[in-house]
Amino acid sequence: MEWETVIGLEVHAQLQTTSKIFSGAATRYGSEPNTQACAVDLALPGVLPVMNREAARMAVKFGLAIGARINQRSVFARKNYFYPDLPKGYQISQFELPVVGLGQLTIEVNGEEKVIGITRAHLEEDAGKSLHEDFHGMSGIDLNRAGTPLLEIVSEPDMRSPEEAVAYLKKLHELVRYLEICDGNMQEGSFRCDANVSVRPKGQKEFGTRAELKNINSFRFVEKAINYEIERQIDVIEGGGKVVQETRLYDSAKDVTRSMRSKEEANDYRYFPDPDLPPLVLDDAFVEETRATLPELPDAKRERFQKEYELSHYDAGVLTATREMADFFESVVKHAGGGAKVAANWVMGDFSAFLNKDGVEIANAPINAEMLAGLIKRLQDNTISGKIAKEVFEAMWAGEGDADTVIEKRGLKQITDSGAIETVIDQILADNPDQVQQYRDGKEKVFGFFVGQAMKATQGKANPAQLNELLKEKLKG
Amino acid sequence: MIICPTFTEAVRSNAMSISVDEVKKIAHLARLGLDEQEAQGYADSLSQILGLIEQMNAVDTTGVSPMAHPLDMHLRLREDAPTESDQREKFQKVAPSTEAGLYLVPRVIE
Repeated sequence: MEWETVIGLEVHAQLQTTSKIFSGAATRYGSEPNTQACAVDLALPGVLPVMNREAARMAVKFGLAIGARINQRSVFARKNYFYPDLPKGYQISQFELPVVGLGQLTIEVNGEEKVIGITRAHLEEDAGKSLHEDFHGMSGIDLNRAGTPLLEIVSEPDMRSPEEAVAYLKKLHELVRYLEICDGNMQEGSFRCDANVSVRPKGQKEFGTRAELKNINSFRFVEKAINYEIERQIDVIEGGGKVVQETRLYDSAKDVTRSMRSKEEANDYRYFPDPDLPPLVLDDAFVEETRATLPELPDAKRERFQKEYELSHYDAGVLTATREMADFFESVVKHAGGGAKVAANWVMGDFSAFLNKDGVEIANAPINAEMLAGLIKRLQDNTISGKIAKEVFEAMWAGEGDADTVIEKRGLKQITDSGAIETVIDQILADNPDQVQQYRDGKEKVFGFFVGQAMKATQGKANPAQLNELLKEKLKG
Repeated sequence: MIICPTFTEAVRSNAMSISVDEVKKIAHLARLGLDEQEAQGYADSLSQILGLIEQMNAVDTTGVSPMAHPLDMHLRLREDAPTESDQREKFQKVAPSTEAGLYLVPRVIE
């Protein structure tokens, strides 16, 4: 039988506020345990939550970016369950009236566009962290993360393959970073994903029973976890069994999903409106002020890059993958006064490769946009060849100064004086009469040998086009 | 507005009563220890509340939006700035067990 997969994703994005959603404790990652957990976060008696305006603004910003309805009146509710890293015994979340209503995101898979619905996005607080290393048979609790604002973004069950799920997740990741509402760091858990997966016979309208996969903390694991789960569910059904609705944990070491039986019973969260928090009401001015802070969004930027810089769809996609990369590219072009295609190749090529190699961000790279533009200018005015440019680039990266300084200091200026190049060629032809004869006998492959010798003699500084032309001329005899 | 499946189901189905088993389930979810007698007592009281809700259900509420809070007020918002200082030492003085800055609790692991 042919099966169809149905996938919906729930993404938790930690909002980049400096303080918590309902308390004035800091949200910095990696601080000493419990040094950023105040009385409100610890749920000490008598405390009351006070909502962070910035968290509301970020949620609205996201809603506007996905063309969603903004619910200007939304309500916080208590989601009740017991776990040691949740001191209150409930999580403040939104249930019936989330701040962001129905919106959408367009993804691209194998060159085809597809619209994925976003059911809702709601504000809630994060829980603390439980550490199960050996504390004499006890668990250690760090509540620094408790109360960090989260935006939970729930998609419609619109995805039909793991590839679509990954494309959606990447698009969402790109968007929240463009909006500067989430740093997107999956290792540190600021961008987390749960996947609802089910299968059904192709053509069937009703959804199959779904399993919820948790603990998927990388794009690669999303694909692997869903793939495993699809096969598992098909095996169950084809073996005559029934898929059980349950929460399953992805184990990346073994590449399997495992049932979390303990979660079963707890699914009755007994939501009710939080009496400590009256409704969140955002007036038109708040929404419009927020709209004014929206940056150019990835899709629009991609389109503009193709038009304005005459870049391919692919190149524009790579360059606009992050706002930092896009801004850097535009700054290089501006400083170089053109040469967009060359700039694109450098930014996507060597520059990105060196960033990866050294694990640095654009902001901390040893080469800034002005320096890279300086290099491109020297390439375009023929001061240096493409090959030499790589050497200059490496020297700049190593901190030897800007392009002109490196070219000057290392004496890398290209030789464009025909007379000088001719002198070099004459010497080489005189030193290698056998190869000259071979060439003249029709063995044209020997041409490369002469180019190599000439480049060696000039330390690669001979202008390649001129060298080729003059060499051909001289070899004719 | 209590959104608890057991409870709301009872309301929706216009059941006049809530059973002892349902009370026990809710009590367990809320980690409340009830003996048989108490469970029966709560079943009776909650059933009476259901009766009241049934009376309220008779009122035509078309066009009335559900109330989320008894006070007619909006949430006050504060500026996003850390205002709390580290008081870990103070807080942990009253904790039963701590180590390396962590609160220690009976082991919990999936």
